[in-house]
Amino acid sequence: MATDATAQDGRGAGGGAPAGDLILQMRSISKEFPGVKALSDVTLEVRRGEVHAICGENGAGKSTLMKVLSGVYPHGTYTGDILLGGEEVRFKGIRDSEEAGIVIIHQELALVPRLSLAENMFLGNEQASGGVVDWNKTRSQAAKLLRRVGLHDNPDVTPLDIGVGKQQLVEIAKALSKKVDLLILDEPTAALNDEDSAHLLGLIAEFRDQGITSIIISHKLNEIAAIADRVTVIRDGQTIETLDFHGAETITEDRIIKGMVGRPLDNRFPDHEPQIGAEALRVEDWTVYHPIDTERMVVDHAHLTVHQGEIVGLAGLMGAGRTELAMSVFGRSYGANISGRIYKNGQEISIRTVRDAIKHGIAYTTEDRKALGLNLIQTIRENISASALGKVSNWWGVVRGGAEDVVAEKYRKEFRIKAPTVESVVGKLSGGNQQKVVLSKWVNADPDVLILDEPTRGIDVGAKYEIYGIINALAAAGKAVIVISSELPELIGVCDRIYAVSQGRITGEVARADATQEELMRYMTMEKTPAGAGQAQEGTN
Amino acid sequence: MNVLREYFGRNVRQYGIVLALLLIVLLFQLLTDGRLLAPNNIAALFMQNAYVMILAIGMVAVIVAGHIDLSVGSVVAFIGGLVAIMMHNWGWSVPLAILAALVVGALVGAWQGFWIAFVGIPAFIVTLAGMLIFRGLAIVLVGQTIAPLPSSFNRIGNGSVANFLGFAGQMDVVTLVIGVIAIVGLVVSQVRARANLIKHELTVEVFGVFIGKLVVMGALIALVTYWLSLSRGGTPIILLIVGVLVLGFTFLMNRTVFGRHVYAVGGNRNAAILSGVSARNVDFMLFVNIGLLSAVAAIATTARAGAGVAAAGQNFELDAIAACFIGGTAVAGGVGKISGAMIGALIMGVLNMGLSILAVDAAWQQAIKGLVLLLAVALDIVSKRKGALR
Ligand SMILES: Nc1ncnc2c1ncn2[C@@H]1O[C@H](COP(=O)(O)OP(=O)(O)OP(=O)(O)O)[C@@H](O)[C@H]1O
Ligand SMILES: [Mg+2]
Repeated sequence: MATDATAQDGRGAGGGAPAGDLILQMRSISKEFPGVKALSDVTLEVRRGEVHAICGENGAGKSTLMKVLSGVYPHGTYTGDILLGGEEVRFKGIRDSEEAGIVIIHQELALVPRLSLAENMFLGNEQASGGVVDWNKTRSQAAKLLRRVGLHDNPDVTPLDIGVGKQQLVEIAKALSKKVDLLILDEPTAALNDEDSAHLLGLIAEFRDQGITSIIISHKLNEIAAIADRVTVIRDGQTIETLDFHGAETITEDRIIKGMVGRPLDNRFPDHEPQIGAEALRVEDWTVYHPIDTERMVVDHAHLTVHQGEIVGLAGLMGAGRTELAMSVFGRSYGANISGRIYKNGQEISIRTVRDAIKHGIAYTTEDRKALGLNLIQTIRENISASALGKVSNWWGVVRGGAEDVVAEKYRKEFRIKAPTVESVVGKLSGGNQQKVVLSKWVNADPDVLILDEPTRGIDVGAKYEIYGIINALAAAGKAVIVISSELPELIGVCDRIYAVSQGRITGEVARADATQEELMRYMTMEKTPAGAGQAQEGTN
Repeated sequence: MNVLREYFGRNVRQYGIVLALLLIVLLFQLLTDGRLLAPNNIAALFMQNAYVMILAIGMVAVIVAGHIDLSVGSVVAFIGGLVAIMMHNWGWSVPLAILAALVVGALVGAWQGFWIAFVGIPAFIVTLAGMLIFRGLAIVLVGQTIAPLPSSFNRIGNGSVANFLGFAGQMDVVTLVIGVIAIVGLVVSQVRARANLIKHELTVEVFGVFIGKLVVMGALIALVTYWLSLSRGGTPIILLIVGVLVLGFTFLMNRTVFGRHVYAVGGNRNAAILSGVSARNVDFMLFVNIGLLSAVAAIATTARAGAGVAAAGQNFELDAIAACFIGGTAVAGGVGKISGAMIGALIMGVLNMGLSILAVDAAWQQAIKGLVLLLAVALDIVSKRKGALR
């Protein structure tokens, strides 16, 4: 795949950093939050000019460590020493760390949606003389930086006009506008598809050649194996080991996993014996237009079926219309001028609102958990019961506190959500644990058809395995499951049948036995062709 | 000790405000040579501030859901005028007039709720318009002060619960009974909540802290009861009404599906909608609700004044909003408690009363109240920032 090629070449060129020259040393860093010891005695050493990866399970403390390094948590709120180029530094805030040449790109994208790309890139660093912004300079600088990361978009458009993949590149361009010696990327590719990821990794390799050291956090181990020179594994807030890709031992993904979870993981996907029953959901002739640009068709006469006990995948590139298809079926929560028919258990049903959809036993977990999936200021308990309060309340609408606690506690244990109690505020959980809360919320609603949009985004290998297990269990219990994912190996490993989506149309259907990445890719990139030719149908149901 | 520190650290904002109230009370108690806490003043404190408390109950919910209501003061004047006209000019009986006032309050709320929830106009604008509309209507309606009103009506604002149980020494027995019921209710509900947590193996506060909290809260109620029982009439009727409303709405906000939907919508509207919450219905009901409470406040205010006046309810919206924010309701929505707003209202009330006893000029009173609002919210924000960085 493209990912491997670009990055492997990159490493060949820049891998030989002299072992002695450390740009960064973090010594016995400890950091506590009320009730949680996030880091205890962590050590990290990064050589000048290398790409250093950090791996670890959800909640291991990776993001926290990087926030300590970049001054988000200022000196005094943690214990331990940070040495930059051999000298101790004590940052009071992000400004200090940026002055020292450290730039962090956080796990959550932080572009202001309504400001232009140029404004975003120079936010807090405005190109001004005497307090007056020099717009020409801002724009031309922005355009130059955008080109450096391979973007040719107009710097006047807003982040809303470009996809997530490009937004991530804009973040990097923004970082480049500052003096950067050490670039920290916290899960930069979590929301990207393979192509965008490959591009981004290529950029990091390029930066290395230009002398920029990078620290990259990722749960995608194939990327780390492809690009990193060394990897430090963190587990439960402690440094486990640092592995050298150029050393004597060959570092495989399985080797990293062993460090992360403390034991070897034999299989990435749990076994699954499909018990396929009657048809659960059928969508016919489904057409959806863009909610603002109402001329634009985003879903184009889609047909789709899923049976009880079946796991069906939706493969597609970014912007293919998979999320739009799912959300429009889920109570018309996306789109305009929606037409088509939905059959549940063979009966045509009408779904006009999310409530209707839930009533008909359809659930949808969003890919954007922060904006659409969770109430970040509320507790785990309140989030889990949000979609099914009816189940824990009596007939006149009073919530039975005890019952609710029991339900929440059950999911905390079952899904191994890493938090001291169900009363923890969701916004403070690590990304992967937040995702588990979203899943709990919808599994708890006990739907017949569950649509999971990027269910393992930002989730570590161990937890992924658990989530696949949950998906299998749901199917075994007779539920119909639809999985949307940008990771083809995941779809192939989990699904019984996969639809490929391209430009709003279902361009292909592949049974598990015949599914290969190449085959799916071919359908996923199928352009709109004159009538008929594109509607390839393979395999029957 | 460590446990205690952590516990208070976590609950600093809740106790901070209670502490602030106690400090202010103490301060004025000293400054006024003990006149602040005279029994009759305590009774008057509740009677004078009942309107803020009633309006703040509805306002908390509205702000939690991410809205605001600027119209409540004008609505109080409008409905207050109406209720006076119904009794004085049209000769309606007191119960009928009260019932009609409540219906009108709900209709006013429905009117505003319609524009907010179903047309999608921001509440700030709709209720700003409402503020003008209903003030205007009140002036049209109430040309001249409308009085007198039936004394049974006026008792709602000024009267006290009838003393049908006689006196124990100087103390009004009815008031004592009410106080005992309140304390028993407090202890029973807290113990049950704790037992429930333990049953489900969830963390509970340390036993000592729990008992300490109960003792302090019980002692406060006992103290207020004692003073009230020595006051001229005993328990003000309006205090009972406020008490029932606070209990009912606290239950609504904390324990019912509707209340949970309010917090969900305020915390993340889109996520709530995608969880099957009808955000529009929630918005609509919230404004119907605050319309109803405005009617209750209008009845209380008119009864206390003993007359319908067009200028009634001036600045009530600001008092109610200030009470909410002093009481820790978040400007951005999603967070807020009725109990906090009640303490906020009491802080403002004690300030008013203390400054009045000291004969501080009304203009200065206003300036001081503004300063207190600013400090309270500043304290809140600073303490939160500390929490986040620790
Ligand atoms: N502001 C905070 N308040 C309280 N606890 C926190 C806070 N931030 C992080 N934590 C806790 O610290 C631990 C480490 O979190 P961190 O975000 O560093 O994990 P992570 O390794 O980045 O995980 P992920 O892969 O899921 O992003 C978690 O248990 C988390 O709940
Ligand atoms: Mg993280």
